[in-house]
Amino acid sequence: MKYLEAIGKYFIMIWEVFKKPTKWRIMKTLILKEIDELIFGAMGIIIFISFFIGGVVTIQTALNLNNPLLPKSLIGFATRQSVILEFAPTFTSIIMAGKVGSYITSSIGTMRVTEQIDALEVMGINSLNYLVFPKIVATMLYPFAVAISMFVGILGGWVAAVFGGFAPSGDFIQGLQMDFDSYHVTYAFIKSIVFAFVIATVPSYHGFYMTGGALEVGKASTTSFVWTSVVIIIMNYVLTQLLLG
Amino acid sequence: MIEVENIHKSFGDNHVLKGISTVFEKGKTNLIIGQSGSGKTVFIKCLLGLFEPDEGQICYNGQYYSKLSTKERRNLRQEMGMVFQGSALFDSMTVEGNVMFPLDMFTNQSQSEKQDRVDFVLKRVNLIDAHKRYPAEISGGMQKRVAIARAIVMNPKYLFCDEPNSGLDPKTAILIDNLIQEITQEYDITTVINTHDMNSVMEIGEKIIFLKNGFKEWEGTNKEIFKTDNKAVTDFVYSSELFKKVRQMYIEERN
Repeated sequence: MKYLEAIGKYFIMIWEVFKKPTKWRIMKTLILKEIDELIFGAMGIIIFISFFIGGVVTIQTALNLNNPLLPKSLIGFATRQSVILEFAPTFTSIIMAGKVGSYITSSIGTMRVTEQIDALEVMGINSLNYLVFPKIVATMLYPFAVAISMFVGILGGWVAAVFGGFAPSGDFIQGLQMDFDSYHVTYAFIKSIVFAFVIATVPSYHGFYMTGGALEVGKASTTSFVWTSVVIIIMNYVLTQLLLG
Repeated sequence: MIEVENIHKSFGDNHVLKGISTVFEKGKTNLIIGQSGSGKTVFIKCLLGLFEPDEGQICYNGQYYSKLSTKERRNLRQEMGMVFQGSALFDSMTVEGNVMFPLDMFTNQSQSEKQDRVDFVLKRVNLIDAHKRYPAEISGGMQKRVAIARAIVMNPKYLFCDEPNSGLDPKTAILIDNLIQEITQEYDITTVINTHDMNSVMEIGEKIIFLKNGFKEWEGTNKEIFKTDNKAVTDFVYSSELFKKVRQMYIEERN
């Protein structure tokens, strides 16, 4: 019952976010600030993780393809498929749920405990629109980060394959180009847009409706990470079934 | 003027406000006092429109809040200024940014007009030199003054303050009290202050209402509060040794 109530409250919050918009002049500044914070601020960790995950996928694939009849190009093919279909959109989203999600919950939660949200409400401002809408718009640029993650992941795979002696560069690149289906990239981008919406709204919900003090802000950040990850994983299954099944 | 007619507010089984009626007059500093848990904060949040009363009416200059449309309520809220207990300044903005915020949100004034207004109110609260500093870089007393500046920058008709001098030293507390009273008289605002501080009651309590367990127990002025025989009020007022001695002296003088 408690969970049903929370789900209902979450959807009411989403509805409220789009009501009574803040002046565009102010909103524009807020959106740019959030893009800087949520997208560009997370690029460092996305690039770092993607590069090494790509490398690890390549090494593991290479070590499992020990049959001499299987071409080395399969290493590139498996790396491409793994990175584009799963690692770049989903794995990166889980990382983002930790980094960006915690930031969103703690910043909104701190505003709640220090009465800054009440101050906005008293002034007659739709605090949900003011605080959450710019985050939703900013995270819609998340596919851009996923595209970079795909590129860097594959690059990491190539570096691991070539410099680790698992496959020659030519074979690896041939595998990357083998049976390429551009719909897989579309599928990854559709997933990443849905995940971006989850990353912006679930942590906002936990921050906005939290009660208590500084300790509860920390607890809300942890809870928000758990629930954001759970929702991403469920949505990943549902979207894969719908788009690829 | 704000007229409160028999308001009730409950949270689940907890009946917090039990039929409070009173009038807060224009140009006066109206104080709500009472022990912790007596319903003061819920009452002020009802006055602000943050909580909707379950029963009863609140009337702002002849406008019943419950009968207003969403747009009219929003417009009414823009006529209210609020000084929160913890100041509630926006951490990411400078002092100037905080004070300019309501002007940015609700007016179409030019940058120079807004700057003039901000400079004027910051001068009024003696903070013009701190305009480029962030809330974390200024003292608690200065934060309260910034909160007052932000609350009055839109020329509000109603000013609400939730324990404006809590956590301040006695000298700064008196400074804040006097500033609120001066602003109230200067701009003819209806000011409602929620406080525990008996110094504030003595200094600026032009009208005081005392809440106990969600009921209005007593109503009067700062002169009358020291003469009342209401036990709940005297227990509250004379809970400190200092005020006990003041009362002793008053009784001795009278005899």
